[in-house]
Amino acid sequence: MSEVAIIGVGCVGFRPMTPELSYKELMFEAAVKAYEDAGGINPREDVDIFVACSEDYLEGFSIFDEFVPDQLGAALRHLFTVTGDGMLGLAAAYMLIKTGQFDTVVLEAHSKASDILTYTDIVQFGFDPIFNRPLGGHPYYVAGLEMTRYLYETCTTEEQCAQVVVKNKRNALLNPHAAYGANITLDQVMHSEKLFHPLKKLEISTPADGCIVMVLASEKVAEKLTDKPIWVKGVGWCTETPSLETRDWTRAVYTRLAAEMAYKEAKITNPWRDIDFAEIHDLFAYKELQHMEALKLCDYGEAGKLTEDGLTSLNGEFPVNPSGGLLGMGYGLEASGLQKVLEVVIQLRGEAGARQIDDAEVGLAHTWRGIPTATGVVAVLSKVK
Amino acid sequence: MFGKKRVAIVGAGVTLFRRNLKETGKELAYHAAKMALEQAGMELHDIQSVVVGSAPDAFDGVHMKGEYLADGAGAYHKPYMRVFVGGATGVFAPLAGWWHVASGKFDTCLVVCEEKMSSCYPHPQYAFTTIFDPILERPIGMNLIWIFALEMNRYMHKHNIKKEDIALVSVKNKRNALDNPIAQLAANITVEDVLNSEIMAWPVQRLDVSPTSDGAAAVVLVSEDVAKEVTDNPVWIDGVGWCIDSTHWTNRDLYYPDYVEYAARMAYKMAGIKNPPKEIDVAEPYDPFDYKELHHMEGLLLCKKGEAPKLTREGVTQRDGDLPVCPSGGLLGVGNPISAAGLMKVCEIFWQLRGEAGKRQVPGDPRTGVAQAWGDLMQYSSVIVLRR
Amino acid sequence: MSVKIKHYPGEEIETQDFREGKVLFESFKPKAKYAWSAGIAISRFLEELKNGRILASTCSKCKRIMVPPRIYCEKCFKPTDGWTYVKDTGTINTFSVSFIAADASRLKEPIVVAIINLDGASEGMGIVHWLNEYGDWREIKIGMRVKAVWKPPEERVGAITDIKYFKPIKE
Repeated sequence: MSEVAIIGVGCVGFRPMTPELSYKELMFEAAVKAYEDAGGINPREDVDIFVACSEDYLEGFSIFDEFVPDQLGAALRHLFTVTGDGMLGLAAAYMLIKTGQFDTVVLEAHSKASDILTYTDIVQFGFDPIFNRPLGGHPYYVAGLEMTRYLYETCTTEEQCAQVVVKNKRNALLNPHAAYGANITLDQVMHSEKLFHPLKKLEISTPADGCIVMVLASEKVAEKLTDKPIWVKGVGWCTETPSLETRDWTRAVYTRLAAEMAYKEAKITNPWRDIDFAEIHDLFAYKELQHMEALKLCDYGEAGKLTEDGLTSLNGEFPVNPSGGLLGMGYGLEASGLQKVLEVVIQLRGEAGARQIDDAEVGLAHTWRGIPTATGVVAVLSKVK
Repeated sequence: MFGKKRVAIVGAGVTLFRRNLKETGKELAYHAAKMALEQAGMELHDIQSVVVGSAPDAFDGVHMKGEYLADGAGAYHKPYMRVFVGGATGVFAPLAGWWHVASGKFDTCLVVCEEKMSSCYPHPQYAFTTIFDPILERPIGMNLIWIFALEMNRYMHKHNIKKEDIALVSVKNKRNALDNPIAQLAANITVEDVLNSEIMAWPVQRLDVSPTSDGAAAVVLVSEDVAKEVTDNPVWIDGVGWCIDSTHWTNRDLYYPDYVEYAARMAYKMAGIKNPPKEIDVAEPYDPFDYKELHHMEGLLLCKKGEAPKLTREGVTQRDGDLPVCPSGGLLGVGNPISAAGLMKVCEIFWQLRGEAGKRQVPGDPRTGVAQAWGDLMQYSSVIVLRR
Repeated sequence: MSVKIKHYPGEEIETQDFREGKVLFESFKPKAKYAWSAGIAISRFLEELKNGRILASTCSKCKRIMVPPRIYCEKCFKPTDGWTYVKDTGTINTFSVSFIAADASRLKEPIVVAIINLDGASEGMGIVHWLNEYGDWREIKIGMRVKAVWKPPEERVGAITDIKYFKPIKE
């Protein structure tokens, strides 16, 4: 069975807004970059399958799939849409190559968040229409609920959560793809407006525009086209439950189960030791900590302390979100998973410039589909086949 | 044989198709999934992965509908993914299920398609007004019936086809549906009834069109090893194909669906089919409108371009004809809960190949069948080839 | 639909059951608002509509003149190379006479919509628009020649509706 490699990446953004480009033109630019990066492939001839990731209400269309093919070079070719995060698309691309029927798969996800005028209303439209939606309110109250329970059960402190923001926004200053890098203090985060107590304004990622396109290939094709393939060693994904009433509010069970699947495939037994760094979904600051624990990088309740002690900083023992995370790069909606994968690829190739992690060989990418979902994806990537 | 592992369908389930069902989308998904599992003699804990197919969120009225449906579709604590290719989703979802298993990553995959169109007010058609380009097309007031009418007119013009011949499809499918226990619009009608029905958007008339519906369907896919354990009667997925054409639908000649042909060729190549009319025993092409069945027969290479009306007139596509087409009753007769209708076609081929279709059973001990769905802006096709 | 299945789930209800309160339901109108960036190609196209001109883009490889314009050629997957104008006359590729509105309600007067292949663009390059001043709709034919009827310049805003409709012409 063929190994699967990422052989090309292209990214436009991320920026607070992109009024000069339509979503199609944004995608075209990212696609051109990715194809060039993959050894100059021609999508009209060299690509077997195209996978696009989008949600209709984030685009303002009923069937967004219609508007995808041309700008990727996929007209009259084999393309489909996964309504989900880009890393679910990665899972699909991975499986397609593993069937042995296809050698080259293109993967796309983007955010044109600045086109959406009523973002919070759209998020709320994802709530259960009978049980939850009639309660109204800003949908991020769910994060406040979860953070409260998480702090209560794990004895994590608010300061430890705030430290994530300080770290990530500072990392983002070194990342040209980041929209919201900043040098801020713990105090500034702690004193930023409380929006959904205990969650504060600076602990919430701000949406940004951008597009990421990747080219995946079988062993055979990868080794022909590039001398720097990054291998996908394992992928796992899981949905816990859409129900707010019955989910586990402390442990991010969806991430734990997804991680177990990915680790088993990648033969990872001790994630902290076997993996060099991680890109973890940090839509809200506390989520980075909660997800670290679900990813078995430490025990429940330990992530805050590790962060406070600097172990997850760029120069720490186990860097988390060297890209600046979503707090620093900006929240790329359904592209947020590919923001994570992109950084892992750049780091493993040794192309991360000022934020390069020394001797990085194995990296972890993780995503979550945001509120109100309990769906996550985990991938282990390696420089070594 | 294909991929790392050959993939079989071992169970299928469907709910009633009706204009309004009391069940929520989750409940419909549950019923179909439960029936498919029971038919396969399996339980939810045997299922390692779940794929859901569902058309626009605007129908059910929930953003991220896939997430909302998860627990109804049996995805609790499981790897779960929703695929969406417009109207072609119903046949595409089992293709996604196929690669879940063919990749060797999972031994089992539950595929569920659900549509609750009745939630959309004032009319489900309204959800289709936002499938168009917001700058160039929505200001014109484009809607779905219009684009079908434009395509139908072009098809009729190019091959000089009479409406009488197209109406025969509606007559056939609604009659076939009389033997289908889930059907919404089964009827004995005549060509005259179709031609005298209300004009919606010329040349489309009321009886040329399938209804809007609520409903769900599901199938259980397993690897060859598991198939041997659970059944003596597996139906194999031997070919999968899909294709999308350019977004610029006003730049294409709508008389012929190239994308259907490309999707079909992909599936036939995988299945080793060289002469489709000869090698395929029963077909379920997508028939949301009567002319679409003809259009799709041609795209599926079951006949030459422009020849499908003749085959229909000669009775070749009747249930007892040489090439039975839409023995289920199709969308015109059974109903059209978009993605569920597509998967219903896969279920029908499954039952036809197992000889379990009862009064709808096509004669001649069919061994190979094809199901196809269509979607997006006259643009998408998904094709599956099944073999006993 | 299998002989092995004896019962198919689903409880049918009627639309009037909602009105009569026989079934319970929750009603909700989503607030979904967007402002799509028109982008490079379509922004120029809209600007030119204000001037009463229809803009196309060209590809030097496949030699197509494309309308609506785009910054990439989807056939060759390369950037387009130039801009040109096409005529506001053309030929009906196909048409429909619609008697119902988007919500499926009945219209008093039918709306005719057509794909019009514009003169000067590559073969088969059509745009979709309304047809008017056609007399009896039964007389409309595929292949008929048509011309754009523009709004007066002061009323144009840079929208596809700066063209009021197309009308049949005799040549």
